[in-house]
Amino acid sequence: MNVSISLPMPARRGRIDLSRPIFVVLVLVLSLLVVLPLFWLGYYSFLDQNGQFTLANFSSLVTDPTLRRPFLTALGMALGVGVLSCIIATPLAWLVARSDLPGRTAIRALVTASFVTPPFLGAIAWEILAAPNSGLINVAYRSLFGLQPYEYLVDIYTFEGLVFAIACYTFPYIFTLVVNALERVPSDLEDASSMLGGRLSVTLRRVTIPLVLPAILAGTMIAILQALTMFGSPAIIALPAGFHVITTKIWSLFQYPPKPGLAAAAALPLLIVTVLLLWGQARILGRRGYTTLGGKNSDPRIAKLGRWRWLAIAFVVTVLLLTVLLPYAALLKTALTRTVAEPLTWSSFTLHHVNFVFFEFSATQLALRNTFLLGFLTATIGTAIALVIAYLVTRRSVPGSQVLGYLATAPVAVPGIVLGVGLFLSYSNPSLMLYGTLWILLIAFLTIEMPAGYQQLSSAFKSVHPELEEASRILGGNRMTTLRLITAPLLRSNVIATWCFVFIGTIRELSATILLTTSETKLVSVIIYDLNESGDLGAISVLGIMLLVISFAVVIIANRLPVLGGQRLPVAR
Amino acid sequence: MINRRTVLHGALVSSLALFSAGGTAWAQAPAPYEPNQEMIDAAKKEGAVVWYTATDVQVAEKVGKAFEAKYPGIKVQVERSGAERVFQRISQEYGSGIHKADVIETSDAVHFILFKRQGWLQQAVPTDVAKSWPAAAKDPDGHFAAYRAHLSVIGYNTSQVKKEEAPKSHADLLDPKWRNRMVKAHPGYSGTIMTGTHALSEALGWEYLEKLAKQRIMQVQSSTEPPKKLAQGERSVMADGNEYNMFMLKETGVPVEIVYATEGTPIAIGHSGILKNTPHPNAAKLFYAFLFSRETQQLISDEGGLRSFHPEVKEKEGRTPLSQIKILYSDPVKLEPMIEDIKKKYEVNFGT
Repeated sequence: MNVSISLPMPARRGRIDLSRPIFVVLVLVLSLLVVLPLFWLGYYSFLDQNGQFTLANFSSLVTDPTLRRPFLTALGMALGVGVLSCIIATPLAWLVARSDLPGRTAIRALVTASFVTPPFLGAIAWEILAAPNSGLINVAYRSLFGLQPYEYLVDIYTFEGLVFAIACYTFPYIFTLVVNALERVPSDLEDASSMLGGRLSVTLRRVTIPLVLPAILAGTMIAILQALTMFGSPAIIALPAGFHVITTKIWSLFQYPPKPGLAAAAALPLLIVTVLLLWGQARILGRRGYTTLGGKNSDPRIAKLGRWRWLAIAFVVTVLLLTVLLPYAALLKTALTRTVAEPLTWSSFTLHHVNFVFFEFSATQLALRNTFLLGFLTATIGTAIALVIAYLVTRRSVPGSQVLGYLATAPVAVPGIVLGVGLFLSYSNPSLMLYGTLWILLIAFLTIEMPAGYQQLSSAFKSVHPELEEASRILGGNRMTTLRLITAPLLRSNVIATWCFVFIGTIRELSATILLTTSETKLVSVIIYDLNESGDLGAISVLGIMLLVISFAVVIIANRLPVLGGQRLPVAR
Repeated sequence: MINRRTVLHGALVSSLALFSAGGTAWAQAPAPYEPNQEMIDAAKKEGAVVWYTATDVQVAEKVGKAFEAKYPGIKVQVERSGAERVFQRISQEYGSGIHKADVIETSDAVHFILFKRQGWLQQAVPTDVAKSWPAAAKDPDGHFAAYRAHLSVIGYNTSQVKKEEAPKSHADLLDPKWRNRMVKAHPGYSGTIMTGTHALSEALGWEYLEKLAKQRIMQVQSSTEPPKKLAQGERSVMADGNEYNMFMLKETGVPVEIVYATEGTPIAIGHSGILKNTPHPNAAKLFYAFLFSRETQQLISDEGGLRSFHPEVKEKEGRTPLSQIKILYSDPVKLEPMIEDIKKKYEVNFGT
């Protein structure tokens, strides 16, 4: 009987729509990831050193200049990074996606290299390059112009130096999003503009840029928030320069005698700023529609640069030199000479640091294994969760699905170091002891990477017109089937990009990690930081180059794997 | 909630826990021990020892390797960070009931007062310590003993600064010609520098540090770092930093020179102890005795440039013997309640 009923309508087999139970599970999972640590943070922000209720933590945020100043400095720094990254990334993205500039594939690869580089490693490389006296650039500058010792061209140990050193490694966020968007902007709109007599610049200003504005804004917001919550680079550059940003200040509150209540309170203004930023972004974008990938599409227009070509090449070379080529050359040189000051010659060449890292330093192997294990797990689980959330939210498939979006974006407001504290408080009690295991790190990384993953995928979803999904639904597929069979394949390149984003984000994470690792769960980022504290630049360089090579290999393989859909999906027609 | 509070107090607000715990019944020092075959066999069965240390990583790894060579089959896991990070970590771990460390060593003598009060250390006295260590360099109850001592010295890069022009005293560092030329480590991060800052503030007063702060100093964290910045030529003079790193650099031909200031040089005593809940009890005792043996003390003196309390250790040629240096001591018992105040004052003056 039953069989005969189900037979006539095989297409309707999957009628039970799983999106509601999945929604509930996701709300629970995200709450666990996000709300629980935030709850304990909020709780502790009202406690004094003796565990009594107090408001003193909040009042000292206003009254204590040693807390107020780092906060303002950090805001200035983050905005600076946002603007600078945007200025670097947007033209670069346009040149790569839409112009006839030679070597575009190589440019992409090098930008990926800068993205793969952990910012703290970049900051260390820039110390080697631009420290006022020993910095290689300054040494070259002095010998070139025959100047006195102590004369210098650039000083990385300044506020501007810090902004620069961070922007070098945050601009790829904007670049990647904008390139993706530019490749999807249908050329018919631009064709229309040029047919109506619009010159290239007019078309750019009136059509192309407005169309990719969501991507530019989303990227800039990520860059600003990354900078605001970053710990490694400021610790390496700001502390020697004699100033704190809010993250390093919070970190210093955990030095003896620790003040977790004050640290928790100091994190709250960051939360407010983030909410304001998100709100501002929503206001700017308003209700305008930005669908750029519909059921039918045409190839993007390629602009001929003509006489602007050389200017474009100069721009690209400068950017790549500053963000990738020079820093890695500096690391390579440092890895192979005894001290930073020596030039690389046959007599100063040494494998001492390589030998130390691989054969004498007992932490290397364990840290490498942990780092890549966590990278894979976080990327895979994180992307899967982010994909489902982005789908449910952008298609508003379940009432209240917006909640998921807020939950998935909320961790962005929590500096890694504060999240580290929150997680430590949540998972170090006897009934749930995750501190000291890799699990707590996995939870930390999933939480930290969720906003970036979600933002990426949801902006991708927004660019896919629902018409294709609607077709699938009309033909009887339920939401999850549609997501699996229609939407995910359409967004395959975005999904892979997100996987790589999360993977790279994980292996370069330092700020939460630094409070959550123990001797058996250490990661490469932490041993690099420890080595930096003791000034072992040679060993850092060896580890850093190795980290780059391995992560780059992973990214390439992920992009080439045939199971994952090969290099680039054919544009849906 | 009560449960959670306890965890917090034990862990992050370790200050509180440490200060309020108190009242542990202290016994007399136990009888000295010497590693015997039985202990060695048991240790081999355990197979590993975990050492939390603040000694320079290259030196620490050498000590580990020497132990592994002497007792094959027992792996030494070296966990090196700055003293305050080691402290932060052990507080987090013991507060959460995680017992991974066997032997601990930091350059901040205050830590061991706190560890002992908290009851985190077990009593153990190797024969070498019982026989040769001066009473001032060990705990009367046998919880810890001075594994090493080192000075926090002034130094300069000899290719940038001529000997005649080099500073001779702390007062000389206030000369405007050193503005923008100096590097210095941080008392919030480094136990050595905390001890040194305390000793200097007692000897010269805070006015000295206030004036020093106006010299636009490059601020690094660990006391192992200023010598390396000198070696790089990034800064010409270091206001403080480890003597042992200077020895190591100087002896490999790097152009740096040590200055023992006329006002005196602060000394930092680095204690070591066995943790109460050691996961490898025999290996821990074996390693602990090994740390104080003549051979290891000679090794850390030769390779690490550390000062030893072992009377049979011979200082390398070219190093000024401790007896010829004016030393500034800091009393850890007096320092302990002042730490927060010193950090605060330091941040107001130096910016971080």
